[in-house]
Amino acid sequence: MELFGQTVICGILLGGMYALIAIGMTLIMGVMKIVNLAHGALVMVGMYVTYVCFSEFGIDPYLGMFIAMPVLFFIGCLIQKYMINRLVEVDSILPENQVLLTVGIMLVLTEGIRVYFKSDYRSVITSYSGNTAFLGDMSISIPMLVGFLIAMAFTMLLHFFLTKTDLGKSIRATSQDRDAAVYMGVNASRITMITFGIGSALAAAGGSLLLPLFYLFPDIGHLFTAKSFIITILGGMGSTMGAAFGGLILGIAESLGATYISMGYKDVVGLVIFILVLLFLPGGFRSLVKR
Amino acid sequence: MKHKNILLTVAFFLVAFLLPLFVKAPYQLHILILIFIWAIIGTSWNLLGGYAGQVSFGHAAFFGLGAYSAGLLTLHYGISPWWGMALGPVVAALASLPIGVICFRLRGPYFALAMLALGEIFRIVFLNIASFTNGAKGILIMPAITSKELYYYIGLLALAVTLLTTYAIVHSKIGYYLVSIREDQDAATSLGIPTTLYKNLALLPSAFFTGLAGALYMNYVAFIDPNIVFNLTNISVMAILVVMLGGVATTWGPTVGAALYIVLGELFRTTLGSANVLVFGVLVCLIIMFLPNGIVGELDLIKRMVTRKKTSLSGGV
Amino acid sequence: MSFFETRNITKRFGGLTAVSNLSFSVEQGEILGIIGPNGSGKTTVFNVISRFFPLTLGEIYFKEKRIDTVPAHKICDMGIGRTFQVVKPLQRMTVLENIMAGAFLRTAGIGKARHKAEEIIEFCGLDRYTHREAKSLPIPLRKRLEIARALATEPELLLLDETCAGLNPKESESAIALIRRIRDTGVTIIIIEHIMKVMMGISDRILAINFGGEIAMGTPKEVANHPEVIKAYLGDAYA
Repeated sequence: MELFGQTVICGILLGGMYALIAIGMTLIMGVMKIVNLAHGALVMVGMYVTYVCFSEFGIDPYLGMFIAMPVLFFIGCLIQKYMINRLVEVDSILPENQVLLTVGIMLVLTEGIRVYFKSDYRSVITSYSGNTAFLGDMSISIPMLVGFLIAMAFTMLLHFFLTKTDLGKSIRATSQDRDAAVYMGVNASRITMITFGIGSALAAAGGSLLLPLFYLFPDIGHLFTAKSFIITILGGMGSTMGAAFGGLILGIAESLGATYISMGYKDVVGLVIFILVLLFLPGGFRSLVKR
Repeated sequence: MKHKNILLTVAFFLVAFLLPLFVKAPYQLHILILIFIWAIIGTSWNLLGGYAGQVSFGHAAFFGLGAYSAGLLTLHYGISPWWGMALGPVVAALASLPIGVICFRLRGPYFALAMLALGEIFRIVFLNIASFTNGAKGILIMPAITSKELYYYIGLLALAVTLLTTYAIVHSKIGYYLVSIREDQDAATSLGIPTTLYKNLALLPSAFFTGLAGALYMNYVAFIDPNIVFNLTNISVMAILVVMLGGVATTWGPTVGAALYIVLGELFRTTLGSANVLVFGVLVCLIIMFLPNGIVGELDLIKRMVTRKKTSLSGGV
Repeated sequence: MSFFETRNITKRFGGLTAVSNLSFSVEQGEILGIIGPNGSGKTTVFNVISRFFPLTLGEIYFKEKRIDTVPAHKICDMGIGRTFQVVKPLQRMTVLENIMAGAFLRTAGIGKARHKAEEIIEFCGLDRYTHREAKSLPIPLRKRLEIARALATEPELLLLDETCAGLNPKESESAIALIRRIRDTGVTIIIIEHIMKVMMGISDRILAINFGGEIAMGTPKEVANHPEVIKAYLGDAYA
């Protein structure tokens, strides 16, 4: 029973951090209607920024993330404005060319990092890395708990931002109906750029929170792209709260899969859920609630 | 115009057929064989992605199945992997039937994502059923033949069959139906086209020939593991990029793309060292942004750009 | 039984009833016009007939066969062609290829399909544009191309959705002339149109609907003078 409890809690904590990354992807998907395969690479770049802050300047990862976020916001805005946005005017046979461009961007980011940092595995070890807290007989890693709490705080803040501020409302309006938003005086291209920036910043935040828990290497981005997708689809595309919920589901499913099926098949669990949801619940788990 | 195309095709195969008489260096033959393998993958992907508009991010599944069909025959039964050239495509095509049934329930980007997930599932499963597949250790075979010329001609033959088959499909009723589905699925349905059936009719040969490329790869390279042949970035995504590079929905585009991909890749590798993939990535971004339908697909645009430059040179200054 | 018949068809989208309990029939060789204000459910009627949406309730019969249970692509095979209000040309195919895509329903041969397409191009007056890509055509020609493409499937019943909307009077007249020519070849037609003048001219009978239900049915004259129709179009004050 302790094993089960610990597995579930571990899943929830990890899932909360995954969710933050996925919310970034959901925002971008909502406003731009594209699948961003470079999202994991943005997470990875954010992690490297935090890592450099730590290794070169001794800045704690939980502070370093506040450097990584604006950096990634800026990178995201540039990518959107000068690359993805250009494709609107391009006449392409394949409607998925924006998706393909994000693949190109993913390659450039990953390989750019590899040229500088090589493929070496890196890790951030802080004084509290190995600490655990106990809840009854279950042990909970402190970095996981702290990461989860910060991730939840960010999710709440973002929810507040999207529902209460003008900029947030403009983002939601653009994502629901771009044309209508433009008629209402929303500068859709500016909003799109900012959204991509925010999405990238969230990716950096999630990555930084996971940095004390994961080995860092250039290809780690793929892992996060896959997870964000699964979560986004689970949560029903474009919904912040849905993504938060989807993150928890994936975290728990993976954690249970790793404990009770096998470590090797951990990722298959997520992918199978992904396909099943795509096929049978196109609106994500939200459509179950609605029924 | 039509005669010109036939002439070009004949010329291509004639040159390709005679080439080993002049090119004897193993390295150069190696490059050409790799080009053939990639041209087969690209041409197959193009049938489904370029013509029918169903962008698959999971063709590594078929490539890997083809490769493993050949490899496992040898590993378990000691049968020559050459039989895999017959078995691999069939296994890949058979696998495509349930995959099509599942994934064609989805449209556009969702289809792409479902295929991506399926490709990854194959990779992970093949990594994990180690008792059957040798897992991450992979399969190493001792090739019976080491003559590069032979692989060259087998590769050329496989490419010729792939090109001719896809050409025949594209220039038949099926081809018209596939393009109609790509251009507007609702309009296609209104014309009485059973869209799901025809998508499957495109997937089947696409998987078959991708499997053939996989089996050829196993025979030629003699070593595979799941992370090589079921690789998302290096196989599934590269299959798409080869087509985009060369020309979407064109007969020769994927072959041109494959040649560019392999040659540029080798060139970058030798001149740029570890930065080679980075430069390739930049190139990919530029192509998608400025030549979205590939080099063969945008020939008119390229010609116009060149001529415009010439006139501005002579007219200006 | 009539050539084409709907019996109490209803289509609901969640809480919204787009078509409600609508019954009408069409005789062979007839042109039936369907009119109604914006959002009255005209296009939805076409979409349920052509099976783009499943029917919520009711039955549809064509040539004594029930058709509301067959897959969408079979509808065309059974002899019902349609055009779309928002035209859906096959953008990167030429006019000839667009029409050939339709012609392939009745033949598998390239040569035969091409021959058929050329005949239809001539019939529809598109000869000057045979090798133009569909995406390069202006709207009036795209609308004409839609009709031509549907004709290539050899329909016995043709559903035309706002063929004249957005056309100037001259273009509209030539579209009407084309519709008449099609009818003269023996094709039965159901046409949706906003412009009353067009409908009065070519329809044998007119069905007026509002809020998804029938408000009047009869000859053009009867329908035009029907108080409910006037009310729906002009408001209570004119009724």
